[in-house]
Amino acid sequence: MILPIATIVQQVPLGAFLGLGLTLFIMGGVGVLIRRNPVVVFMCIELMLNSVNLILLSFARYLPSGGAGESPMNSAVSGQMMVIFVMAIAAAEVAVGLGIIMAIFRSRNEVDIDDMSLLKS
Amino acid sequence: MTGGMLGFVIVGIIAFISAFFVVKSEDPVRSAIGLVVNFLAIAVAYFMLGAEFLGITQVMVYAGAIMVLFLFVVMILKLGSRDKVVDRAPLQRTAAIMLGIALLAMVMSAVIGADGAVASSVEVGPDFGKPQTIGKVLFTAYVWPFLLASILLLVGVVGSILLAKRKG
Repeated sequence: MILPIATIVQQVPLGAFLGLGLTLFIMGGVGVLIRRNPVVVFMCIELMLNSVNLILLSFARYLPSGGAGESPMNSAVSGQMMVIFVMAIAAAEVAVGLGIIMAIFRSRNEVDIDDMSLLKS
Repeated sequence: MTGGMLGFVIVGIIAFISAFFVVKSEDPVRSAIGLVVNFLAIAVAYFMLGAEFLGITQVMVYAGAIMVLFLFVVMILKLGSRDKVVDRAPLQRTAAIMLGIALLAMVMSAVIGADGAVASSVEVGPDFGKPQTIGKVLFTAYVWPFLLASILLLVGVVGSILLAKRKG
Protein backbone atom coordinates (compact mmCIF):
# COMPACT_ATOMS: atom_id res chain seq x y z
CA MET A 1 0.00 0.00 0.00
CA ILE A 2 1.43 3.36 -0.97
CA LEU A 3 0.78 6.08 1.53
CA PRO A 4 0.26 9.58 0.20
CA ILE A 5 3.32 11.75 0.64
CA ALA A 6 1.67 14.21 3.00
CA THR A 7 0.77 11.40 5.41
CA ILE A 8 4.32 10.09 5.56
CA VAL A 9 5.77 13.49 6.31
CA GLN A 10 3.20 14.14 9.02
CA GLN A 11 4.06 10.85 10.69
CA VAL A 12 7.85 11.24 10.63
CA PRO A 13 9.40 14.11 12.58
CA LEU A 14 12.14 16.30 11.15
CA GLY A 15 14.58 14.99 13.74
CA ALA A 16 14.37 11.49 12.28
CA PHE A 17 15.56 12.63 8.85
CA LEU A 18 18.25 14.81 10.43
CA GLY A 19 19.41 11.90 12.58
CA LEU A 20 19.70 9.60 9.55
CA GLY A 21 21.60 12.22 7.57
CA LEU A 22 24.00 13.04 10.39
CA THR A 23 24.66 9.37 11.11
CA LEU A 24 25.52 8.69 7.47
CA PHE A 25 27.70 11.83 7.35
CA ILE A 26 29.73 10.76 10.36
CA MET A 27 30.06 7.20 9.07
CA GLY A 28 31.45 8.64 5.84
CA GLY A 29 33.84 10.86 7.77
CA VAL A 30 35.13 7.95 9.85
CA GLY A 31 35.53 5.97 6.62
CA VAL A 32 37.65 8.75 5.10
CA LEU A 33 39.88 8.65 8.16
CA ILE A 34 40.34 4.90 8.51
CA ARG A 35 40.48 3.60 4.93
CA ARG A 36 43.70 3.49 2.89
CA ASN A 37 42.34 2.68 -0.54
CA PRO A 38 41.74 6.03 -2.30
CA VAL A 39 38.77 4.69 -4.29
CA VAL A 40 37.01 3.68 -1.08
CA VAL A 41 37.92 7.06 0.42
CA PHE A 42 36.12 8.62 -2.55
CA MET A 43 33.11 6.42 -1.92
CA CYS A 44 33.02 7.66 1.67
CA ILE A 45 33.15 11.26 0.44
CA GLU A 46 30.16 10.49 -1.78
CA LEU A 47 28.39 9.13 1.28
CA MET A 48 29.01 12.42 3.07
CA LEU A 49 27.78 14.52 0.13
CA ASN A 50 24.64 12.42 -0.10
CA SER A 51 23.81 12.79 3.55
CA VAL A 52 24.24 16.56 3.27
CA ASN A 53 21.79 16.46 0.37
CA LEU A 54 19.31 14.55 2.52
CA ILE A 55 19.61 17.12 5.32
CA LEU A 56 19.16 20.06 2.92
CA LEU A 57 16.11 18.46 1.40
CA SER A 58 14.49 17.64 4.72
CA PHE A 59 14.95 21.22 5.88
CA ALA A 60 13.45 22.42 2.60
CA ARG A 61 10.44 20.16 3.13
CA TYR A 62 9.83 20.81 6.80
CA LEU A 63 10.65 24.48 7.21
CA PRO A 64 9.44 26.28 4.09
CA SER A 65 9.42 30.00 4.68
CA GLY A 66 9.71 33.31 2.92
CA GLY A 67 7.70 33.91 -0.21
CA ALA A 68 4.78 31.74 -1.13
CA GLY A 69 4.06 29.39 -3.96
CA GLU A 70 6.47 29.56 -6.86
CA SER A 71 8.60 32.44 -5.66
CA PRO A 72 12.25 31.51 -6.28
CA MET A 73 13.21 32.73 -2.83
CA ASN A 74 10.84 30.21 -1.31
CA SER A 75 13.08 27.93 0.74
CA ALA A 76 11.05 24.89 -0.32
CA VAL A 77 12.33 25.51 -3.85
CA SER A 78 15.80 26.89 -3.11
CA GLY A 79 16.60 23.87 -0.94
CA GLN A 80 15.99 21.61 -3.91
CA MET A 81 18.14 23.89 -6.08
CA MET A 82 21.00 23.43 -3.61
CA VAL A 83 20.62 19.67 -3.84
CA ILE A 84 20.80 19.82 -7.64
CA PHE A 85 23.97 21.93 -7.57
CA VAL A 86 25.60 19.68 -4.97
CA MET A 87 24.87 16.74 -7.28
CA ALA A 88 26.54 18.55 -10.20
CA ILE A 89 29.60 19.42 -8.10
CA ALA A 90 29.80 15.84 -6.84
CA ALA A 91 29.76 14.47 -10.38
CA ALA A 92 32.57 16.81 -11.48
CA GLU A 93 34.54 16.02 -8.33
CA VAL A 94 34.30 12.27 -8.86
CA ALA A 95 35.42 12.56 -12.50
CA VAL A 96 38.47 14.65 -11.63
CA GLY A 97 39.36 12.66 -8.52
CA LEU A 98 39.23 9.31 -10.28
CA GLY A 99 41.36 10.80 -13.08
CA ILE A 100 43.96 11.82 -10.49
CA ILE A 101 43.90 8.32 -8.99
CA MET A 102 44.43 6.85 -12.47
CA ALA A 103 47.38 9.18 -13.08
CA ILE A 104 48.95 8.23 -9.74
CA PHE A 105 48.46 4.56 -10.49
CA ARG A 106 50.15 5.02 -13.90
CA SER A 107 53.25 6.61 -12.44
CA ARG A 108 53.68 4.51 -9.29
CA ASN A 109 51.82 1.28 -10.02
CA GLU A 110 50.24 1.18 -6.59
CA VAL A 111 47.74 3.28 -4.73
CA ASP A 112 47.91 3.66 -0.98
CA ILE A 113 46.90 6.87 0.73
CA ASP A 114 49.78 6.68 3.20
CA ASP A 115 52.41 6.44 0.44
CA MET A 116 51.21 9.59 -1.30
CA SER A 117 53.37 11.99 0.65
CA LEU A 118 55.31 13.74 -2.10
CA LEU A 119 53.96 17.14 -1.09
CA LYS A 120 55.28 16.64 2.42
CA SER A 121 58.77 18.11 2.30
CA MET B 1 4.14 2.66 15.20
CA THR B 2 2.43 4.27 12.24
CA GLY B 3 2.94 3.20 8.64
CA GLY B 4 5.01 6.18 7.61
CA MET B 5 7.34 5.86 10.57
CA LEU B 6 7.71 2.12 9.93
CA GLY B 7 8.70 2.79 6.33
CA PHE B 8 11.19 5.41 7.41
CA VAL B 9 12.75 3.07 9.98
CA ILE B 10 13.16 0.34 7.34
CA VAL B 11 14.78 2.77 4.91
CA GLY B 12 17.03 4.12 7.65
CA ILE B 13 18.18 0.66 8.71
CA ILE B 14 18.96 -0.29 5.09
CA ALA B 15 20.90 2.95 4.60
CA PHE B 16 22.81 2.46 7.85
CA ILE B 17 23.79 -1.16 7.15
CA SER B 18 24.87 -0.41 3.58
CA ALA B 19 26.93 2.59 4.74
CA PHE B 20 28.55 0.32 7.32
CA PHE B 21 29.45 -2.12 4.52
CA VAL B 22 31.00 0.70 2.49
CA VAL B 23 33.24 1.68 5.39
CA LYS B 24 34.03 -1.80 6.67
CA SER B 25 34.32 -4.10 3.66
CA GLU B 26 37.85 -4.98 2.54
CA ASP B 27 36.86 -5.62 -1.06
CA PRO B 28 36.28 -2.35 -3.00
CA VAL B 29 33.64 -4.02 -5.18
CA ARG B 30 31.62 -4.87 -2.08
CA SER B 31 32.02 -1.28 -0.93
CA ALA B 32 30.67 -0.13 -4.29
CA ILE B 33 27.65 -2.42 -4.02
CA GLY B 34 26.98 -1.15 -0.51
CA LEU B 35 27.17 2.36 -1.89
CA VAL B 36 24.57 1.56 -4.58
CA VAL B 37 22.17 0.22 -1.94
CA ASN B 38 22.78 3.32 0.16
CA PHE B 39 22.05 5.65 -2.78
CA LEU B 40 18.83 3.80 -3.52
CA ALA B 41 17.75 4.00 0.13
CA ILE B 42 18.40 7.74 0.14
CA ALA B 43 16.40 8.03 -3.09
CA VAL B 44 13.48 6.36 -1.30
CA ALA B 45 13.90 8.89 1.51
CA TYR B 46 13.69 11.68 -1.10
CA PHE B 47 10.43 10.19 -2.34
CA MET B 48 9.16 10.13 1.25
CA LEU B 49 10.00 13.81 1.53
CA GLY B 50 7.93 14.45 -1.58
CA ALA B 51 10.79 15.34 -3.94
CA GLU B 52 10.03 13.02 -6.84
CA PHE B 53 12.29 14.74 -9.33
CA LEU B 54 15.31 14.68 -7.04
CA GLY B 55 14.67 11.03 -6.20
CA ILE B 56 14.75 10.09 -9.88
CA THR B 57 17.82 12.27 -10.41
CA GLN B 58 19.51 10.57 -7.47
CA VAL B 59 18.90 7.14 -8.98
CA MET B 60 20.14 8.19 -12.42
CA VAL B 61 23.14 10.31 -11.46
CA TYR B 62 24.45 8.51 -8.40
CA ALA B 63 23.32 4.91 -8.69
CA GLY B 64 23.79 5.03 -12.45
CA ALA B 65 26.57 7.29 -13.62
CA ILE B 66 28.84 7.72 -10.60
CA MET B 67 28.76 4.04 -9.68
CA VAL B 68 29.75 3.07 -13.22
CA LEU B 69 32.76 5.38 -12.89
CA PHE B 70 33.74 3.79 -9.58
CA LEU B 71 33.39 0.26 -10.88
CA PHE B 72 35.42 1.08 -13.99
CA VAL B 73 38.26 2.46 -11.91
CA VAL B 74 38.16 -0.53 -9.54
CA MET B 75 38.27 -2.80 -12.58
CA ILE B 76 41.13 -0.95 -14.31
CA LEU B 77 43.25 -0.63 -11.19
CA LYS B 78 42.76 -4.28 -10.20
CA LEU B 79 42.21 -3.26 -6.62
CA GLY B 80 40.33 -6.46 -5.84
CA SER B 81 42.64 -7.95 -3.25
CA ARG B 82 44.92 -5.03 -2.66
CA ASP B 83 43.29 -3.54 0.37
CA LYS B 84 44.27 -6.21 2.87
CA VAL B 85 47.26 -4.20 3.96
CA VAL B 86 48.59 -4.46 7.46
CA ASP B 87 47.18 -1.76 9.62
CA ARG B 88 50.24 0.32 10.24
CA ALA B 89 48.62 2.79 12.56
CA PRO B 90 46.03 1.02 14.71
CA LEU B 91 45.85 4.10 16.90
CA GLN B 92 44.52 6.10 13.96
CA ARG B 93 41.58 3.75 13.46
CA THR B 94 40.65 3.73 17.15
CA ALA B 95 41.00 7.50 17.41
CA ALA B 96 38.88 8.07 14.28
CA ILE B 97 36.09 5.81 15.55
CA MET B 98 36.17 7.47 18.98
CA LEU B 99 36.02 10.93 17.40
CA GLY B 100 33.13 9.81 15.22
CA ILE B 101 31.17 8.50 18.17
CA ALA B 102 31.80 11.69 20.13
CA LEU B 103 30.72 13.89 17.22
CA LEU B 104 27.64 11.75 16.66
CA ALA B 105 26.66 12.02 20.32
CA MET B 106 27.11 15.78 20.20
CA VAL B 107 25.04 16.44 17.08
CA MET B 108 22.37 13.90 18.00
CA SER B 109 21.90 15.49 21.41
CA ALA B 110 21.47 18.83 19.63
CA VAL B 111 18.91 17.33 17.24
CA ILE B 112 16.96 15.61 20.00
CA GLY B 113 17.08 18.71 22.18
CA ALA B 114 15.81 20.98 19.41
CA ASP B 115 13.09 18.66 18.18
CA GLY B 116 10.39 20.18 20.35
CA ALA B 117 11.18 23.66 19.08
CA VAL B 118 10.67 22.68 15.44
CA ALA B 119 7.18 22.57 14.05
CA SER B 120 6.44 19.02 13.04
CA SER B 121 5.36 19.71 9.49
CA VAL B 122 4.43 22.81 7.57
CA GLU B 123 2.19 22.49 4.59
CA VAL B 124 3.87 22.86 1.24
CA GLY B 125 2.01 22.89 -2.01
CA PRO B 126 1.27 19.65 -3.85
CA ASP B 127 3.77 20.68 -6.53
CA PHE B 128 6.69 20.67 -4.09
CA GLY B 129 8.95 18.23 -5.91
CA LYS B 130 7.43 18.24 -9.36
CA PRO B 131 9.75 18.65 -12.35
CA GLN B 132 7.66 21.61 -13.53
CA THR B 133 8.37 23.57 -10.34
CA ILE B 134 12.09 22.81 -10.39
CA GLY B 135 12.46 23.49 -14.10
CA LYS B 136 10.63 26.79 -13.90
CA VAL B 137 12.87 28.08 -11.12
CA LEU B 138 16.10 26.52 -12.42
CA PHE B 139 15.79 28.18 -15.81
CA THR B 140 14.69 31.60 -14.55
CA ALA B 141 16.02 32.65 -11.16
CA TYR B 142 18.89 30.14 -11.02
CA VAL B 143 19.94 30.32 -14.66
CA TRP B 144 23.40 31.79 -13.97
CA PRO B 145 24.34 29.21 -11.34
CA PHE B 146 23.02 26.60 -13.76
CA LEU B 147 25.31 27.87 -16.55
CA LEU B 148 28.25 28.04 -14.14
CA ALA B 149 27.59 24.43 -13.10
CA SER B 150 27.56 23.35 -16.74
CA ILE B 151 30.90 25.11 -17.35
CA LEU B 152 32.27 23.39 -14.25
CA LEU B 153 31.15 20.01 -15.54
CA LEU B 154 32.76 20.71 -18.91
CA VAL B 155 36.04 21.66 -17.23
CA GLY B 156 35.79 18.53 -15.08
CA VAL B 157 35.32 16.29 -18.11
CA VAL B 158 38.23 17.86 -20.00
CA GLY B 159 40.45 17.79 -16.92
CA SER B 160 39.75 14.16 -16.11
CA ILE B 161 40.46 13.09 -19.69
CA LEU B 162 43.71 15.04 -19.59
CA LEU B 163 44.70 13.52 -16.26
CA ALA B 164 43.90 9.94 -17.15
CA LYS B 165 45.40 10.10 -20.64
CA ARG B 166 48.43 7.98 -21.38
CA LYS B 167 51.45 10.20 -21.86
CA GLY B 168 53.29 10.26 -25.16
